[in-house]
Amino acid sequence: MMRFLIKGLLRDRSRSLFPVLTVSAGVFLTVFFYNFMQGVFADFVSSNARFDTGHVKVMTRAYAELADQFPNDLAILECGRLIDELRGMKSDMLWVPRIRFGGLLDVPDEKGETRSQAPVLGIGANILEEGSQEKKILNLEGALVEGTLPRSADEILISRDFAERLGVKTGDTATLIGSTMYGSMAMYNFRISGMLRFGMVALDRSTIVADIEGVREALDMRDAAGEILGYTRDMVYSDEKMTELAEEFGRRFSGSDDEFSPVMLPLGRQRGLGEYLSLVKSMGSIIVAVFMVAMSIVLWNSGLLNSLRRYGEIGVRLAMGEPKGALYRRTIAESVIIGIIGSAAGTLAGIAISLYLKYVGLDYSGVMQNSTVLIPNEIRTDVNFTSFYIGFIPGLIASVLGTAFSGIGIYRRQTANLFKELEV
Amino acid sequence: MPLIKMENIVKEYPMGKARFTALKDINLSVEKGEFCGLIGPSGSGKTTLLNIVGALDDPTGGTAVVLGSDISGLSHRQAAEMRSRHMGFIFQTYNLLPVYTVYENVEFPLLIMKMADKDRKNKVNAALEWVGLSDKRKSRPGQLSGGESQRVAVARAIVKRPELVLADEPTANLDAENSHNILDMMVKLNRELKTTFVFATHDEKVISYLRRKIHLFDGKIVKDEPARGKE
Ligand SMILES: Nc1ncnc2c1ncn2[C@@H]1O[C@H](COP(=O)(O)OP(=O)(O)OP(=O)(O)O)[C@@H](O)[C@H]1O
Ligand SMILES: [Mg+2]
Repeated sequence: MMRFLIKGLLRDRSRSLFPVLTVSAGVFLTVFFYNFMQGVFADFVSSNARFDTGHVKVMTRAYAELADQFPNDLAILECGRLIDELRGMKSDMLWVPRIRFGGLLDVPDEKGETRSQAPVLGIGANILEEGSQEKKILNLEGALVEGTLPRSADEILISRDFAERLGVKTGDTATLIGSTMYGSMAMYNFRISGMLRFGMVALDRSTIVADIEGVREALDMRDAAGEILGYTRDMVYSDEKMTELAEEFGRRFSGSDDEFSPVMLPLGRQRGLGEYLSLVKSMGSIIVAVFMVAMSIVLWNSGLLNSLRRYGEIGVRLAMGEPKGALYRRTIAESVIIGIIGSAAGTLAGIAISLYLKYVGLDYSGVMQNSTVLIPNEIRTDVNFTSFYIGFIPGLIASVLGTAFSGIGIYRRQTANLFKELEV
Repeated sequence: MPLIKMENIVKEYPMGKARFTALKDINLSVEKGEFCGLIGPSGSGKTTLLNIVGALDDPTGGTAVVLGSDISGLSHRQAAEMRSRHMGFIFQTYNLLPVYTVYENVEFPLLIMKMADKDRKNKVNAALEWVGLSDKRKSRPGQLSGGESQRVAVARAIVKRPELVLADEPTANLDAENSHNILDMMVKLNRELKTTFVFATHDEKVISYLRRKIHLFDGKIVKDEPARGKE
């Protein structure tokens, strides 16, 4: 019997093709939208990680408490040894030292007197060292709009907007006025080797990037670092794994109450990113819910039209002695088949496009000016395990719900009435 | 025991606040092998009565015993079971399923009965032979003439060899020649298989074939007469 009904289903395009297309279109959108949003969120998380938080960040306990102020007097001493220990503990991750610092950037005229001056935020990273990944992590080559990357420890990169504001050019000298690790005043001359775009107004207003050795020199921070960032090799953040790692680190290193003992924080526990991550998690359910409702309504309506069209069939089947309940159940079974086929088609299409965008990417640098430190100039989707089943939830449920709703009318109606209506 | 026995059947329909009485105190019995018809003007209650016989509708009052079961006492499922095993329906608009072939349309009632493959094949072929449509088995209803369509509907009604066939205005959409063809076929079935036929009609062509005419007027039986019927 079911075979017989499926045969009919396949032959009746308006009963099979249209609902399958509706379901697959909705499922396609669900899957694609989900992957797209995952990609967008992943990009956001990734720029935070690359620029600021790492996948995990190691600081001294005291530094961690005041982390927003970059209190370098509380920095990690003997940072090289700690990095070695971190490598020993977790060799499949990348460990990089960073120094964040604040101060004034002073631009002198020919006579050595102040021409312009502005507060500056700086980031010192391992960009000169052979084989260092930092150039890549900070997307320095991509974001460079003028000049070259630093070739020595006393060269810096400066945000172009900031440079314009200060009136400096590539090749000029600027003096960093700050404080050393020990609290005394520091003055250090840097040469500007190139200009960058960070891609975020707040950063573009006042940021410089320097090699960490130069910063150590300037701020008297030999073998020290404010922060040590850890990254997984595939650059994909996993909250569970990183939280676990941080806990393990805590057991090993932060046992004492010493305020200079190191602590490790996963990305999810920095700068409110945890809430953001849980939002990302629930996003899947939100998208699914929206598309499920929309699709159910469309399918309900097409189901209603279909059952009007199928009145004759329904009446005849009842007259021939098919019990109403069986008829209803078989109609639902048809909708399950439609739902599965449509969901499979939509999921395939959605994943195909998402995979293309994941590996090839949609380069919109034609529209945007350039890539920046924070925002890569490509839209990239993310495909994960969820992508494969997420579409089936709205696809199947909408198909079944739509049919069930439209079928209820028939189910409720008196057999005799149905029968009469079909005679007209 | 008669095949159909109706006692004091009343059927009312709600109509706004009032009620409309479509059948008033119907008493009727039909024996196995009869070839009879409910005759009357439009709105006289023919279809309503036929639906009660077919267990598609419950009477408001009275008792209707069909094929040994009291219609009012049957559940949906039991009524469906009874229709499936023992009754065939023929409609004015043939009501064939357009996406299925002639063969499949005739096969459908047997699938509902869950008949085994081999039996099914024999029965369908026999029924198609009966109505002379063996060569159209692969056609779709859309490719058939009105007369052919109604012959398929007849094949579908008789394929399970039901005891009772209910036919509501079976010739209303057919020309004279096709009407006579169909009716000749039904008479033959009635004679050879002892299938009982109950018609609802006001078509003179049908009436001329009946061996018993039950006249309905305004929801009442006004005359119940034997007739010669065409052989
Ligand atoms: N569901 C219903 N609700 C209210 N009134 C109904 C309903 N069904 C039928 N009727 C009324 O009952 C009466 C008998 O209807 P029925 O369909 O039995 O007539 P009929 O003799 O078959 O007529 P026709 O020759 O036109 O088919 C009509 O007046 C009709 O309006
Ligand atoms: Mg009628």
